[in-house]
Amino acid sequence: MSTTSIPDDLLLRERFTDIKPPLSPQAAVIEANRCLNCFDAPCTAACPTHIDVPGFIKRISTGNLRGSALRILDANILGSSCAKACPVEVLCEGACVMHRYNSEPIQIGRLQRYAMDSFQATGEELLTAPRGSRNVQVACIGGGPASLACAAELCRHGAHAIIIERNELPGGLNTYGIAEYKLRTSDSLREAEMIRRMGVEFRTGAAIETAEALEELESEFDFLFLGVGLGAMQRMNIPGEDQKGVLNALEFIASYKTGRLKEMSGTVVVVGAGNTAIDAASAARRLGAETVYLLYRRGEREMTAFDFEYEHAKHEGVQFLWRRQPYAIRTNERGRLLLDTVQVNEVGRSLQPVEGSENVIECDYVIPAIGQSPFAQLVQDLRRIELRNGIIVVDPETGQTGNSRYFAGGDCANGGREVVDAVADGKRAARAIMKIAEAAYA
Amino acid sequence: MPDIRVHKFAGKIDAPNPFWLASGPTTNTGEQIMRAFDAGWGGVVWKTIGDPIKNASPRYSSVDLNGTRMMGLNNIELISDRSIEDNLRELGEVKKYYPYHPIIASLMVESKREAWHEIVQRTEDAGADGLELNFSCPHGMNERGMGSAVGQVPEYTEKITAWVKEKARTPVLVKLSPNVTDIRAIAAAARRGGADGLSAINTVNSIIGIDLDTLVPRPNVDGASTHGGYAGPAIKPIALNLVQQIMSDPASALPLSGMGGISSWRDAVEFILLGCSTVQVCTAAMHYGYRVVEDMAEGLENWMRTRGFATLDDFRGLSLDRVTSWNGLNLNYKVVAHIDEQKCIGCGLCQIACWDGAHQCIHSDRVTGPINGRIELHDGPPTVEFRSRTSFATTPVTRQERAAAATSHGPFPTPLAKIPRVDETECTGCNLCALVCPVDDCITTLRVTESGRPENQDQQHSVAS
Repeated sequence: MSTTSIPDDLLLRERFTDIKPPLSPQAAVIEANRCLNCFDAPCTAACPTHIDVPGFIKRISTGNLRGSALRILDANILGSSCAKACPVEVLCEGACVMHRYNSEPIQIGRLQRYAMDSFQATGEELLTAPRGSRNVQVACIGGGPASLACAAELCRHGAHAIIIERNELPGGLNTYGIAEYKLRTSDSLREAEMIRRMGVEFRTGAAIETAEALEELESEFDFLFLGVGLGAMQRMNIPGEDQKGVLNALEFIASYKTGRLKEMSGTVVVVGAGNTAIDAASAARRLGAETVYLLYRRGEREMTAFDFEYEHAKHEGVQFLWRRQPYAIRTNERGRLLLDTVQVNEVGRSLQPVEGSENVIECDYVIPAIGQSPFAQLVQDLRRIELRNGIIVVDPETGQTGNSRYFAGGDCANGGREVVDAVADGKRAARAIMKIAEAAYA
Repeated sequence: MPDIRVHKFAGKIDAPNPFWLASGPTTNTGEQIMRAFDAGWGGVVWKTIGDPIKNASPRYSSVDLNGTRMMGLNNIELISDRSIEDNLRELGEVKKYYPYHPIIASLMVESKREAWHEIVQRTEDAGADGLELNFSCPHGMNERGMGSAVGQVPEYTEKITAWVKEKARTPVLVKLSPNVTDIRAIAAAARRGGADGLSAINTVNSIIGIDLDTLVPRPNVDGASTHGGYAGPAIKPIALNLVQQIMSDPASALPLSGMGGISSWRDAVEFILLGCSTVQVCTAAMHYGYRVVEDMAEGLENWMRTRGFATLDDFRGLSLDRVTSWNGLNLNYKVVAHIDEQKCIGCGLCQIACWDGAHQCIHSDRVTGPINGRIELHDGPPTVEFRSRTSFATTPVTRQERAAAATSHGPFPTPLAKIPRVDETECTGCNLCALVCPVDDCITTLRVTESGRPENQDQQHSVAS
């Protein structure tokens, strides 16, 4: 299979210019030299994958770019996409001691990107242990960051790992779900390709949907890693939400990233106030929508999006409508959508409509972004894998489920976090699997 | 208003301030020197005059430090490449317009009595206020028997100084090379030869670095390089040391124009505190232009005002008697490091420096019990790092998680667990931690009081025997 089948779309690239553009070589060295090179650095501790941040930054300042990239990849095989997609403001850069030094934090994300871009430009491949040098066979179900990290780590230790992905392309939300101005689909696919070259086998377009299919895998593989992500986007459960013009945020993001949706115009209403809602609203603006509203049933202070995402959306020209809830979607005679909304007040934890505050928003698209359902259909039927609120219960140190042959990581096990959390989950699971396998060996 | 004028340096030379441009590229022509005077320089030493030479190109290269340019500058430029006539004609012209700014002519000619007599006569006739004998250029000219080839041999130094003094009517300064075993031997020789003053130091012999692509040291002159003269901020400590040696030795001490890495008024004050009457600057002016003198003069005045010094003489040499032999140090004086928790940013640099480069007494684990009289066991750096790198960290995605992450742990800006602490019973007071700490005044050394009466090595030795 190929891991690189989407061509670069120049128009898309132009519209979605990098939110954090690459550093020039000299800017990178200047920034690297600003780093204090902390001992037991808080940035490293804050990173879920514990990248040796001062270590890779120091290497940039001396021009040891290969060493820098390998230092990153050693801890985080998706170091390239994490450099771009991580909410560094609440992770490494948020922990930087520079905040207490009356200074801006070191631009760790951009430096990491610099190191990774430089490495990728050399075309060098990563060395792994000889394939199959450990007779351990692992199937990673789902082709997102958790499985990629798990499979790559297993491969590095000489195990044989395959990735089974129901979509055409690997990468999961890295490929289909991250705003293009942060991470391009082509970036995600290049990373998957690097992992394929390490020796990981990819089976794409292959859904595992039945207990029989799983049992077959069980007979073929020693361990199974579940990196299946969350379920479908939640529905608003209001009349009219199935008509044309209404599409959920992940579907919308995947559409423009894969070239199926190239342009928008008119008015777009995004419902929800999480990071995905922000991504969708900003993308709608960049695709040409003149007016983009973000509608949230609670207030500004309750929104779950990161502060910097909120700031970014405002900068993109997104308008925010607080404490307003949609209750129906209709169409008018010209075929435009009419979104019926009402002001709501918080009474305790419940929301009460304010009488007489109904308002109709005439628009062209409605994009619900109110979260993914915590649902892993695949494993719901499996015995001995405990779910809690739809999330797979695992030992956080190892990712092991109640069924000792099954491990899980990423959104399906952590409830929905960031790429870097998925990578950390996958890496931990792989190490735990190798530990069990080595013990069995000995 | 403090008075920063220089009076009767080396017997005769007055100047509006002690900041002089050293002999070099910044004093190559009359046009430059007039601009320099306009910018505020108190005097100049004209680029060494002698039989004109042909220079190599390129002729400079430098050491950058973590992105800061020209921490050290190396040159292989020789003396003036312009004719003696041109130089002296311009010198005379500048003197007409700037009668109160001293122009010292740096001279270098063949080691012959007649040659020196002739150049001295011509230079003084042209109007020079003083002469600086370049016995110290460490590259090129020395291969022709001049420059440091003279200044590295006391007998030559004394003899040529004496030849010059036979003729000279203006003060004669001898410029000394640092590239000698004991600079006092040369200084004393110059003094015996009759020198009225000294200039120190010239540049330090150097190979500044090697290009890792071509494997040729810099500067690369068509595939080869050569030894150069090292200057700039990097050499200031070397210069201060040599200045102190000269000025503390009765047989060597003469009115001294100090130089070597001076790039601010602070540097200048240090040279004056070790006995210099004037200071010379080259690299800083090459780097940023003549304008650097503005802050030098103002800064010096403001410092003098703060300290209550009315003239340069009020503080000249005040630090000289604060330098002793190691054996003269009080070994009962003891300090220990103290970390100000309110200022600490949690970078851990003091901790790793203490463990790897000092005496293993700064720790991140806090002991609650008594800390005296017991050997404490602490986690070393590998354990500390291992703990962090195997800890479980996740992205705070909910507002509650973010609020929890933002909450400070403890009463200080930095979480208490990240503020190192000094084990005072083990601390040797070496001071390394205070040097590596990026925060001003965060780590200080406190004097331990119960250390007994002052006692140096010799006294301790005599008690023991």
